[in-house]
Amino acid sequence: MEKFKELLAEALEREDEIKMEDEFRSYDEWSSIAYLSIIAFMDEVYDTQLEEAEFKQLKTVQDMYNACTKK
Amino acid sequence: MAFIQYKGVGITAMSAAVPKRVINNREYTEVFSAEEANEIVDKTGIEERRFSDEETCSSDLCFAAAERLITDNNINKEEVDLLVFISQTPDYRMPATSCTLQDRLGLPNSTIAFDITLGCSAFIYGLSVVYSMMEHSGLRKALLLDGETRSKVYSPRDRRSAFLFGDGGVAVLIERDSKFGTSTFSLNTDGSRADLIMIPAGGYRKMSSADTVVEKVVDEFGNMRSEEQGYMRGGDVFNFVIREIPRDIKNTVAYAGKEIEGFDYVVFHQANNFINGYIAKKMKLNADRIPSTIAKFGNTSSVSVPLTIVSELKGKLNGKKDLLLTAFGVGMTWATGVVPFVDCNISDIVEVEHGQAV
Repeated sequence: MEKFKELLAEALEREDEIKMEDEFRSYDEWSSIAYLSIIAFMDEVYDTQLEEAEFKQLKTVQDMYNACTKK
Repeated sequence: MAFIQYKGVGITAMSAAVPKRVINNREYTEVFSAEEANEIVDKTGIEERRFSDEETCSSDLCFAAAERLITDNNINKEEVDLLVFISQTPDYRMPATSCTLQDRLGLPNSTIAFDITLGCSAFIYGLSVVYSMMEHSGLRKALLLDGETRSKVYSPRDRRSAFLFGDGGVAVLIERDSKFGTSTFSLNTDGSRADLIMIPAGGYRKMSSADTVVEKVVDEFGNMRSEEQGYMRGGDVFNFVIREIPRDIKNTVAYAGKEIEGFDYVVFHQANNFINGYIAKKMKLNADRIPSTIAKFGNTSSVSVPLTIVSELKGKLNGKKDLLLTAFGVGMTWATGVVPFVDCNISDIVEVEHGQAV
């Protein structure tokens, strides 16, 4: 989980703390560019590919983590 | 897996033309801030692009490139039996732009001429079509012209596409010669993803009207465009590329009986550094063998693969070289080609202004 937070912080270029209950779209650093970085690490590290429609269902950092680790 | 192989056909000469007007992305700040522009450039690696003026169409870029190709290679126009024009930014909805180019280039009425409209992977598709026709007896020389003016397609107020696309045109001479050996192509389609990259209006499904040209806010980021401008769902395009492209490259290389390490050059569709870098890393490809024009020309759609060859491999294609070409995009379509080059003659890039070579 710490590794996941680290990857997410890197993708978002976010220095402030990331909490599992945070709604990531409310971060100042959230952008369509950060989204691409998230797709990349989800594929590279977790071998997970989510269609944009599925990704839109995810609200919190926890949701994203669950999507990456569910299989 | 739709694989197709040809023998004894190849590219003997290439040329290219780009608009003279350079757009520096870090200074492309009429709509977005310098901070935002810098962030996008850092991520995509697209520093500069070329934008056509109002008087310059894809056909003008291809015409300038073709004239250069004909002059530099002393091509007898009477021997050009086939002209194929690739573009999604043609001059007119009708007639086909290839017909007007046949006349402008002074080619005989016996020339076969038609257009192919497909998008980013179209050069590899076009190559396959021309190789197929040239492999048979009869046709002497073929010209494959490929031009795009994507600067006219996308909204400057949609940050998802405003910084990515540029314009260019190429001309390619294709001839029959046993020295080329075997070329292998893989051509693929997934029409269920047709809505990932699209210009919704202006065709016959949704014809032009006063409403279709109105710019509207389209998402939570405040991006604006009309229905006659293109859009791209970048996230899903990236997902699609991650899933399909490495697999297609591996399968095609295996079918051709080659090893990925054995290629002299691997030429990718120049989407952006982020996507291309990710694929290269995922496939563990040697960066030295991946020429790139992303920084200076951006994404020129179907033109990007041949433009990169002309720009970056001039003087490097003497003797026999094995090239791996791969492209993906709107459709969705994707294509991979294992294409031998033998002593390909590459011209200097021509610049175009007001529709004319300068």
